[in-house]
Amino acid sequence: MSRFPYIPHTESEINKMLEFIGVKNIGELFNDVPHVFDFELKLPDSTDEFSVMRELKTLAHENLNLNEVAVFRGAGIYYHYIPSVINALASRGEFLTAYTPYQPEVSQGTLQALFEFQTMISELTGLEVANSSMYDGATAVAEAALMAVRVNGRNKILIARSLHPEYRVVTKTYCHSQNIIVEEIEYSKDKGQVEPEHLKNRLDDDVSAVIIGYPNYFGIVEDLQKIKALLDEKTLLVVVANPIALSIFEAPGILGADIVVGEGQPLGNHPSLGGPGLGFFATREKYVRKMPGRIIGEAKDVDGKTGYVMVLQTREQHIRRKKATSNICSNHAHNAVIAAIYMSLMGKEGLKEVALRSYDKAHYLFSQLSNMEGVKPLFSGPFFHEFVVSVEGLTVGELNNELLKHKILGPMELEKDFPELGNSALFCTTEAVRNEDIEFLLGRLEEII
Amino acid sequence: MTIFEKSVKGRKGYSLPKEELHSEASFSGIPGHLLRKDPPELPECSEVDVVRHYTELSRKNYSVDNGFYPLGSCTMKYNPRLNEEIASLEGFSYLHPYQPVETIQGVLEVMYDLQNMLAEITGMDAFTLQPAAGAHGELTGMLIVKKYFELRGETQRKKVIVPDSAHGTNPASATMAGFEVVEIASNESGLVDLDNLRAALDDTIAAIMLTNPNTLGLFEKDILEISEMAHKNGTLLYYDGANLNAIMGHVRPGDMGFDIIHLNLHKTFSTPHGMGGPGSGPVGVKKHLEGLLPVPVVRLNNDGYYLDYDLPNTIGKVRSFYGNFRVILKAYAYIKMLGKDGLKLASEMAVLNANYLRVKLSKLIPPSYPGTCKHEFVLDGSKLLKEYGIKTLDLAKRLLDYGLHPPTVYFPLIVHEALMIEPTETESKDNLDKFAETIEKIVEEARKDPEILKNAPYTTPVRRLDETTASRKPILRWRREK
Repeated sequence: MSRFPYIPHTESEINKMLEFIGVKNIGELFNDVPHVFDFELKLPDSTDEFSVMRELKTLAHENLNLNEVAVFRGAGIYYHYIPSVINALASRGEFLTAYTPYQPEVSQGTLQALFEFQTMISELTGLEVANSSMYDGATAVAEAALMAVRVNGRNKILIARSLHPEYRVVTKTYCHSQNIIVEEIEYSKDKGQVEPEHLKNRLDDDVSAVIIGYPNYFGIVEDLQKIKALLDEKTLLVVVANPIALSIFEAPGILGADIVVGEGQPLGNHPSLGGPGLGFFATREKYVRKMPGRIIGEAKDVDGKTGYVMVLQTREQHIRRKKATSNICSNHAHNAVIAAIYMSLMGKEGLKEVALRSYDKAHYLFSQLSNMEGVKPLFSGPFFHEFVVSVEGLTVGELNNELLKHKILGPMELEKDFPELGNSALFCTTEAVRNEDIEFLLGRLEEII
Repeated sequence: MTIFEKSVKGRKGYSLPKEELHSEASFSGIPGHLLRKDPPELPECSEVDVVRHYTELSRKNYSVDNGFYPLGSCTMKYNPRLNEEIASLEGFSYLHPYQPVETIQGVLEVMYDLQNMLAEITGMDAFTLQPAAGAHGELTGMLIVKKYFELRGETQRKKVIVPDSAHGTNPASATMAGFEVVEIASNESGLVDLDNLRAALDDTIAAIMLTNPNTLGLFEKDILEISEMAHKNGTLLYYDGANLNAIMGHVRPGDMGFDIIHLNLHKTFSTPHGMGGPGSGPVGVKKHLEGLLPVPVVRLNNDGYYLDYDLPNTIGKVRSFYGNFRVILKAYAYIKMLGKDGLKLASEMAVLNANYLRVKLSKLIPPSYPGTCKHEFVLDGSKLLKEYGIKTLDLAKRLLDYGLHPPTVYFPLIVHEALMIEPTETESKDNLDKFAETIEKIVEEARKDPEILKNAPYTTPVRRLDETTASRKPILRWRREK
């Protein structure tokens, strides 16, 4: 009898197989492994499903789950409502346990879903082509920087300091390895967005791309049109967008962006401690061969029937090897399909409604906080669903500890990543924050501050 | 039919709380040109429309849950349902990466334990779980190599040696990290040619990237000599963990002399491949490279688990936050279920299955290299091409008609008409017998009437697709016909 649920072999089958191969025992199949390697693993013994589930349920309970608190923290990962349909469809084994669609005839589900995902991302970003996903927002930004250098051969990247700190670090890591210079551009201390005059002084013939958040890390919507107007013909404008915000703010492609990337987690993916989500990546048609990642295209079969295949694979690592546009192989296809299901369910009205409600609650909270003693708004730029205030009397860390006692996950502390902002906090609201939660938060803040 | 064509204006598939807006959402502070003029053309569907659409799509997919998936080098083993249930627990899926460390102790315990278990399985000293996929792990590893030599002031080490049998991601990752790639040819046994290696090794070589067993499924028996040659030359040895499934509990990369390795949790540790991601590509290093790992690293002190950002020589970060946590969880549950005895047995059964199938199929299609294999093997289909005019691709397409997923074809590049087969330990003898019988039937068809194969498949949702035209005139998104 076999002892393990995932291994089907019975003793008699093993014996028959060994005999067929012509060896006496399993050990003979490892004869080419030198015996100097003999050892025994220091790991626990195997156990049963009931025990593993119990252990992990206990560990899960040790964490504070976001559904138990009112969430006012975003900073790159957002707490939106995830409709039941998403889990039901995403957990189908035919999606979950399939591999990269190397045989398109039996992978049309994957291929069509990703083709539809690409279409939706093109629509949101206002650009002609999108790939079928990257690892996350940060790596999408880093790869956009590398792609810009491939496009124009220049060697310097200007990255807004108002961009997510982790995105900046990852971009620097990637660029360092290829000797690409990365410099930060400051934000205006009043508006919290890139000051066109500042940027102008930093531009020269070495600048390959300017990378800007939309909205930026402080929640502020940058004026892409003004920024684009400053760039010469060759310099690429790379925009890092929140996909939900794109249903009410003008598509970056329309305002002159050459590459639009971002974190797709808000589109129906769980927060999951920040992973896995997905990076999305869109660009202009003329750059499609320089774009990293997997791309799905429409095709005809021998009977003239429409189907889908992976296209432009000559850019990829399995054909171009060391000359590939990127080494990305397994992207985040499953998360991209989840995002496609979410966008199909919400549709253009639903996505806009999510965005409007997130926006409305944030602006209400902002106006209430602006009137509160000990709290001061820091920036005057237009914002989406996040904003920064400074706090007096106690540190944001202390404030958050107090709020947590009331089951509120308070704002992101900014001082560590932005010491120049002092004791300041980044608040966030989504449609999943109830109006009564906001009133409750305001009441507690009155008491604490 | 696409979801866009199923869209009907005015339909909706969602519901949100009935709450009053505070301000009718006025956009008074926002410049007009920053407000969206044309809404994105997203579909308008009811909930049932969406459920039926994606259910229909899922039915057009082959998956491990459907049947045998012997893709070489991909380790398509069964993915336990237990793992999915665990990853869906709210205490794991609804967590914010920036919530206080005191409120995620359960998570950090899983990560800390998994780091240690992976270190034990591979014989390395320290692990990061940050990389999002195998190739991302390779990049991370190469960035560590780069930083290591920068710190030592050996900036002349600009090259990385990669055998010609290596995965395409190896040279691509080394190039992305700013290295020049030196390809070396394998010998007639399909192993690293020691003379070629010796000739290529000089003080410009930063690292050698190897897979062991290699992509032909053969164990590099000279590994200790290779390792000695590398280290004598001041070169680091990098292990591509794609093939770890063959050797768990039998031999550890760390003991073979590797300095850096990446693993594919979505291969060896049975987390689902999800149509091509998310994966997870943890990277392990020996002690002398520990300080270069990406931040943060999960550690334990008297106050509990914490995220350590204080690594003075870190390469930085390779992605946001801490990695693909839900994938990490599934690997953790899998290792717990199997334990030390089960992991070892898994490798043994994977190797048994591969050899059983190799011997069975060798009578029909010759193997590319003789002798015992590990978890996978490569057949050389050029005999079929010569005798019947049948390409490996034709055979692969015909397999689809029999309801089976074909093996990896045309890889590794060094074998003509390659057919690379990896059955994994989760397939029973019956399934392997059935697969071999099907191949026999197809070879018989090739002999009698090769046209059957050349026009296959016949039974799939679409038949052979014109990939050339699709790439020459790419249509990359849906558009409404005007």
